[in-house]
Amino acid sequence: MIDTWTVAGRSFTSRLIVGTGKYKSFEQNAAAVEAAGAEIVTVAVRRVNIADPKQPMLSDFIDPRKITYLPNTAGCFTAEDAIRTLRLAREAGGWTLVKLEVLGEAKTLYPDMIETLRATEILAKEGFEPMVYCADDPIAAKKLEDAGAVAIMPLGAPIGSGLGLQNRVMIRLIVENAKVPVLVDAGVGTASDAAVAMELGCDGVLMNTAIAEARDPIMMARAMKAGVESGRLAYLAGRMGKRMYADPSSPLAGLI
Amino acid sequence: MHDDGTASISVNGEHRRVRAGMTIAELALELGLEPTRVAVERNLEVVPRSTLNEVLVEDGDDFEIVTFVGGG
Repeated sequence: MIDTWTVAGRSFTSRLIVGTGKYKSFEQNAAAVEAAGAEIVTVAVRRVNIADPKQPMLSDFIDPRKITYLPNTAGCFTAEDAIRTLRLAREAGGWTLVKLEVLGEAKTLYPDMIETLRATEILAKEGFEPMVYCADDPIAAKKLEDAGAVAIMPLGAPIGSGLGLQNRVMIRLIVENAKVPVLVDAGVGTASDAAVAMELGCDGVLMNTAIAEARDPIMMARAMKAGVESGRLAYLAGRMGKRMYADPSSPLAGLI
Repeated sequence: MHDDGTASISVNGEHRRVRAGMTIAELALELGLEPTRVAVERNLEVVPRSTLNEVLVEDGDDFEIVTFVGGG
Protein backbone atom coordinates (compact mmCIF):
# COMPACT_ATOMS: atom_id res chain seq x y z
CA MET A 1 0.00 0.00 0.00
CA ILE A 2 1.44 3.33 -0.99
CA ASP A 3 0.25 5.90 1.51
CA THR A 4 1.39 9.36 0.58
CA TRP A 5 0.36 12.80 1.70
CA THR A 6 0.44 15.97 -0.32
CA VAL A 7 1.17 19.53 0.71
CA ALA A 8 0.96 22.39 -1.77
CA GLY A 9 1.12 19.95 -4.68
CA ARG A 10 4.20 18.09 -3.42
CA SER A 11 3.74 14.46 -2.38
CA PHE A 12 5.72 12.73 0.33
CA THR A 13 5.83 9.19 1.69
CA SER A 14 7.37 9.97 5.06
CA ARG A 15 5.02 11.60 7.55
CA LEU A 16 7.81 12.51 9.91
CA ILE A 17 9.38 15.94 9.52
CA VAL A 18 12.44 16.50 11.65
CA GLY A 19 14.30 19.58 12.80
CA THR A 20 18.02 20.13 12.44
CA GLY A 21 18.71 21.98 15.69
CA LYS A 22 20.41 20.90 18.93
CA TYR A 23 22.42 18.01 17.48
CA LYS A 24 25.96 17.37 18.72
CA SER A 25 27.33 17.38 15.19
CA PHE A 26 26.25 17.63 11.57
CA GLU A 27 27.17 13.95 11.18
CA GLN A 28 24.81 12.93 13.97
CA ASN A 29 22.12 15.16 12.53
CA ALA A 30 22.43 13.63 9.08
CA ALA A 31 22.38 10.10 10.51
CA ALA A 32 19.23 10.91 12.49
CA VAL A 33 17.49 12.29 9.40
CA GLU A 34 18.38 9.09 7.58
CA ALA A 35 17.18 6.87 10.44
CA ALA A 36 13.94 8.86 10.67
CA GLY A 37 13.35 8.32 6.97
CA ALA A 38 12.49 12.02 6.80
CA GLU A 39 11.97 13.65 3.42
CA ILE A 40 11.56 17.14 4.87
CA VAL A 41 13.75 18.90 7.43
CA THR A 42 13.20 22.26 9.03
CA VAL A 43 16.04 24.75 8.92
CA ALA A 44 16.57 28.20 10.39
CA VAL A 45 17.73 31.33 8.61
CA ARG A 46 20.65 33.06 10.33
CA ARG A 47 23.48 35.45 9.62
CA VAL A 48 26.50 33.81 8.01
CA ASN A 49 29.58 33.56 10.17
CA ILE A 50 31.81 36.20 8.59
CA ALA A 51 34.54 35.64 11.16
CA ASP A 52 34.92 32.04 10.00
CA PRO A 53 33.25 31.64 6.58
CA LYS A 54 34.88 28.27 5.86
CA GLN A 55 33.07 26.51 8.70
CA PRO A 56 31.10 23.46 7.55
CA MET A 57 27.49 24.14 6.63
CA LEU A 58 24.35 22.12 7.13
CA SER A 59 23.98 21.65 3.37
CA ASP A 60 27.36 19.89 3.28
CA PHE A 61 25.77 17.09 5.32
CA ILE A 62 22.08 17.14 4.41
CA ASP A 63 21.69 17.56 0.66
CA PRO A 64 18.91 20.02 -0.19
CA ARG A 65 18.51 18.33 -3.58
CA LYS A 66 17.50 15.10 -1.84
CA ILE A 67 15.82 16.36 1.32
CA THR A 68 13.32 19.20 1.16
CA TYR A 69 14.48 22.11 3.30
CA LEU A 70 11.60 23.80 5.07
CA PRO A 71 12.86 27.18 6.26
CA ASN A 72 11.32 28.30 9.54
CA THR A 73 10.89 31.62 11.30
CA ALA A 74 11.91 30.41 14.75
CA GLY A 75 12.76 33.33 16.98
CA CYS A 76 10.40 35.75 15.24
CA PHE A 77 7.93 37.56 17.47
CA THR A 78 6.22 39.80 14.91
CA ALA A 79 4.68 39.24 11.49
CA GLU A 80 7.21 41.65 9.99
CA ASP A 81 10.22 39.74 11.35
CA ALA A 82 8.81 36.46 10.09
CA ILE A 83 8.04 37.83 6.63
CA ARG A 84 11.48 39.42 6.36
CA THR A 85 13.08 36.11 7.32
CA LEU A 86 11.06 34.13 4.79
CA ARG A 87 11.73 36.55 1.96
CA LEU A 88 15.42 35.90 2.55
CA ALA A 89 14.78 32.17 2.86
CA ARG A 90 13.02 32.15 -0.48
CA GLU A 91 16.04 33.80 -2.05
CA ALA A 92 18.49 31.46 -0.32
CA GLY A 93 16.61 28.30 -1.23
CA GLY A 94 14.66 29.28 -4.28
CA TRP A 95 11.37 27.74 -3.13
CA THR A 96 8.15 28.98 -1.61
CA LEU A 97 7.20 26.15 0.77
CA VAL A 98 8.03 27.51 4.22
CA LYS A 99 7.19 27.08 7.87
CA LEU A 100 5.73 30.12 9.56
CA GLU A 101 5.86 30.55 13.29
CA VAL A 102 5.28 33.81 15.07
CA LEU A 103 5.89 33.45 18.77
CA GLY A 104 4.06 35.28 21.52
CA GLU A 105 6.66 35.22 24.25
CA ALA A 106 9.91 33.48 25.10
CA LYS A 107 8.87 31.46 28.14
CA THR A 108 6.27 29.26 26.46
CA LEU A 109 7.08 29.97 22.80
CA TYR A 110 3.32 29.85 22.41
CA PRO A 111 2.20 31.22 19.04
CA ASP A 112 0.82 34.72 18.72
CA MET A 113 -2.20 33.87 16.58
CA ILE A 114 -3.07 37.46 15.65
CA GLU A 115 0.41 38.06 14.23
CA THR A 116 0.48 34.55 12.75
CA LEU A 117 -2.76 35.12 10.87
CA ARG A 118 -1.59 38.51 9.63
CA ALA A 119 1.70 37.05 8.42
CA THR A 120 -0.10 34.15 6.71
CA GLU A 121 -2.28 36.54 4.73
CA ILE A 122 0.68 38.61 3.56
CA LEU A 123 2.85 35.60 2.72
CA ALA A 124 0.09 33.94 0.72
CA LYS A 125 -0.38 37.15 -1.28
CA GLU A 126 3.36 37.21 -1.98
CA GLY A 127 3.21 33.71 -3.42
CA PHE A 128 4.54 31.78 -0.44
CA GLU A 129 3.11 28.42 0.59
CA PRO A 130 3.22 28.64 4.37
CA MET A 131 2.86 25.64 6.65
CA VAL A 132 1.79 27.33 9.85
CA TYR A 133 2.63 26.55 13.47
CA CYS A 134 -0.40 27.45 15.54
CA ALA A 135 -2.36 27.10 18.73
CA ASP A 136 -4.61 24.06 19.16
CA ASP A 137 -7.58 26.27 18.31
CA PRO A 138 -9.98 24.93 15.65
CA ILE A 139 -11.36 28.39 14.84
CA ALA A 140 -7.92 29.94 14.39
CA ALA A 141 -6.89 26.92 12.33
CA LYS A 142 -9.81 27.47 9.97
CA LYS A 143 -8.96 31.15 9.63
CA LEU A 144 -5.36 30.25 8.77
CA GLU A 145 -6.57 27.87 6.11
CA ASP A 146 -8.85 30.54 4.65
CA ALA A 147 -5.90 32.96 4.67
CA GLY A 148 -3.77 30.62 2.57
CA ALA A 149 -1.99 28.25 4.94
CA VAL A 150 -1.06 25.09 3.01
CA ALA A 151 -0.79 23.07 6.22
CA ILE A 152 -2.00 23.58 9.77
CA MET A 153 0.52 22.67 12.46
CA PRO A 154 -0.91 22.88 15.96
CA LEU A 155 1.36 22.39 18.92
CA GLY A 156 0.91 19.26 21.02
CA ALA A 157 2.67 20.96 23.92
CA PRO A 158 5.21 23.80 24.22
CA ILE A 159 8.19 23.66 21.86
CA GLY A 160 10.98 21.54 23.30
CA SER A 161 8.90 20.44 26.31
CA GLY A 162 8.50 16.77 25.41
CA LEU A 163 5.20 16.68 27.30
CA GLY A 164 3.25 14.85 24.62
CA LEU A 165 -0.15 15.81 23.22
CA GLN A 166 -1.97 17.77 25.89
CA ASN A 167 -5.12 18.52 23.96
CA ARG A 168 -6.12 15.55 21.87
CA VAL A 169 -9.73 16.65 21.55
CA MET A 170 -8.82 19.97 19.94
CA ILE A 171 -6.22 18.38 17.66
CA ARG A 172 -8.93 15.97 16.49
CA LEU A 173 -11.39 18.82 15.91
CA ILE A 174 -8.78 20.62 13.82
CA VAL A 175 -8.21 17.45 11.77
CA GLU A 176 -11.94 17.01 11.17
CA ASN A 177 -12.38 20.61 10.01
CA ALA A 178 -9.29 20.98 7.85
CA LYS A 179 -9.08 20.61 4.09
CA VAL A 180 -5.29 20.98 4.16
CA PRO A 181 -2.83 18.64 5.93
CA VAL A 182 -2.63 18.84 9.72
CA LEU A 183 0.66 18.04 11.43
CA VAL A 184 1.39 18.13 15.12
CA ASP A 185 4.34 20.45 15.52
CA ALA A 186 6.06 20.61 18.90
CA GLY A 187 5.55 18.81 22.17
CA VAL A 188 6.29 15.23 21.16
CA GLY A 189 8.58 13.56 23.70
CA THR A 190 8.70 9.93 22.74
CA ALA A 191 7.50 7.48 20.11
CA SER A 192 4.08 6.87 21.68
CA ASP A 193 3.34 10.61 21.46
CA ALA A 194 4.02 10.50 17.73
CA ALA A 195 1.73 7.47 17.44
CA VAL A 196 -1.02 9.31 19.34
CA ALA A 197 -0.82 12.23 16.92
CA MET A 198 -1.13 9.89 13.96
CA GLU A 199 -3.97 7.91 15.55
CA LEU A 200 -5.90 11.17 15.81
CA GLY A 201 -5.77 11.36 12.02
CA CYS A 202 -2.99 13.90 11.63
CA ASP A 203 -1.18 13.80 8.31
CA GLY A 204 2.22 14.01 9.95
CA VAL A 205 4.34 15.01 12.90
CA LEU A 206 7.15 17.53 13.14
CA MET A 207 9.73 17.21 15.89
CA ASN A 208 13.25 18.22 16.79
CA THR A 209 14.15 18.04 20.47
CA ALA A 210 12.64 14.61 21.10
CA ILE A 211 15.20 13.12 18.75
CA ALA A 212 18.12 15.50 19.27
CA GLU A 213 18.04 15.31 23.08
CA ALA A 214 17.51 11.55 23.31
CA ARG A 215 20.44 9.66 24.81
CA ASP A 216 20.80 7.93 21.45
CA PRO A 217 19.33 10.31 18.86
CA ILE A 218 19.73 7.92 15.95
CA MET A 219 17.92 5.10 17.72
CA MET A 220 15.19 7.53 18.77
CA ALA A 221 14.85 8.66 15.15
CA ARG A 222 14.14 5.03 14.26
CA ALA A 223 11.67 4.79 17.12
CA MET A 224 9.87 7.92 15.92
CA LYS A 225 9.68 6.56 12.39
CA ALA A 226 8.11 3.37 13.74
CA GLY A 227 5.79 5.36 16.04
CA VAL A 228 4.53 7.53 13.20
CA GLU A 229 4.05 4.52 10.95
CA SER A 230 2.25 2.43 13.57
CA GLY A 231 0.00 5.34 14.51
CA ARG A 232 -0.84 5.92 10.89
CA LEU A 233 -1.63 2.24 10.30
CA ALA A 234 -3.78 2.11 13.43
CA TYR A 235 -5.69 5.16 12.23
CA LEU A 236 -6.28 3.64 8.81
CA ALA A 237 -7.17 0.26 10.31
CA GLY A 238 -9.84 1.84 12.49
CA ARG A 239 -9.53 1.09 16.17
CA MET A 240 -12.07 -1.02 18.10
CA GLY A 241 -14.75 0.64 20.13
CA LYS A 242 -14.21 1.22 23.82
CA ARG A 243 -16.29 -0.65 26.40
CA MET A 244 -16.67 -0.16 30.09
CA TYR A 245 -16.44 -3.87 30.93
CA ALA A 246 -14.65 -6.98 29.76
CA ASP A 247 -15.53 -8.93 26.63
CA PRO A 248 -13.87 -12.35 26.50
CA SER A 249 -11.69 -13.15 23.55
CA SER A 250 -12.16 -16.92 23.84
CA PRO A 251 -15.50 -18.59 23.07
CA LEU A 252 -17.78 -19.23 26.01
CA ALA A 253 -19.33 -22.25 24.26
CA GLY A 254 -17.65 -25.62 24.83
CA LEU A 255 -16.24 -24.75 28.23
CA ILE A 256 -15.37 -27.91 30.15
CA MET B 1 32.43 56.93 -1.83
CA HIS B 2 35.27 58.34 0.21
CA ASP B 3 38.36 60.16 -1.10
CA ASP B 4 40.45 57.02 -0.67
CA GLY B 5 38.21 55.01 -3.02
CA THR B 6 36.50 53.03 -0.31
CA ALA B 7 32.86 52.66 0.70
CA SER B 8 31.70 52.47 4.27
CA ILE B 9 29.13 49.73 4.79
CA SER B 10 27.64 47.48 7.43
CA VAL B 11 27.55 43.69 7.07
CA ASN B 12 25.54 41.70 9.61
CA GLY B 13 25.73 44.57 12.05
CA GLU B 14 29.47 45.10 11.70
CA HIS B 15 31.00 48.13 10.12
CA ARG B 16 33.39 47.54 7.23
CA ARG B 17 35.29 49.50 4.68
CA VAL B 18 35.41 47.99 1.21
CA ARG B 19 36.65 48.96 -2.22
CA ALA B 20 34.17 51.27 -3.89
CA GLY B 21 32.47 50.08 -7.06
CA MET B 22 32.45 46.38 -6.28
CA THR B 23 29.39 44.22 -6.88
CA ILE B 24 27.59 42.37 -4.11
CA ALA B 25 28.86 39.07 -5.51
CA GLU B 26 32.41 40.41 -5.25
CA LEU B 27 31.73 41.52 -1.71
CA ALA B 28 30.52 38.04 -0.79
CA LEU B 29 33.61 36.44 -2.32
CA GLU B 30 35.85 38.90 -0.49
CA LEU B 31 34.16 37.85 2.75
CA GLY B 32 34.92 34.22 1.89
CA LEU B 33 31.31 33.38 1.08
CA GLU B 34 29.93 31.43 -1.85
CA PRO B 35 27.30 33.76 -3.38
CA THR B 36 25.14 30.81 -4.45
CA ARG B 37 24.76 29.61 -0.84
CA VAL B 38 23.64 32.83 0.80
CA ALA B 39 20.81 35.33 0.58
CA VAL B 40 21.47 39.02 0.73
CA GLU B 41 19.34 41.83 2.06
CA ARG B 42 20.45 45.35 1.25
CA ASN B 43 18.87 48.21 3.18
CA LEU B 44 15.97 45.90 4.15
CA GLU B 45 15.29 44.82 0.54
CA VAL B 46 16.13 41.31 -0.65
CA VAL B 47 18.61 41.38 -3.52
CA PRO B 48 17.63 38.73 -6.09
CA ARG B 49 20.44 36.22 -6.46
CA SER B 50 20.38 36.67 -10.22
CA THR B 51 21.44 40.30 -9.78
CA LEU B 52 24.26 39.84 -7.24
CA ASN B 53 26.73 40.14 -10.10
CA GLU B 54 25.29 43.47 -11.17
CA VAL B 55 24.25 45.43 -8.10
CA LEU B 56 27.04 47.68 -6.86
CA VAL B 57 27.87 48.19 -3.21
CA GLU B 58 27.24 51.80 -2.27
CA ASP B 59 28.52 53.90 0.55
CA GLY B 60 26.24 53.62 3.59
CA ASP B 61 24.70 50.29 2.54
CA ASP B 62 23.45 48.03 5.29
CA PHE B 63 23.72 44.35 4.38
CA GLU B 64 22.36 41.24 6.01
CA ILE B 65 23.84 38.05 4.60
CA VAL B 66 22.14 34.86 5.74
CA THR B 67 22.17 31.16 5.11
CA PHE B 68 20.37 28.04 6.33
CA VAL B 69 21.49 26.63 9.68
CA GLY B 70 20.16 23.88 11.88
CA GLY B 71 16.85 24.66 13.49
CA GLY B 72 13.57 23.13 14.61
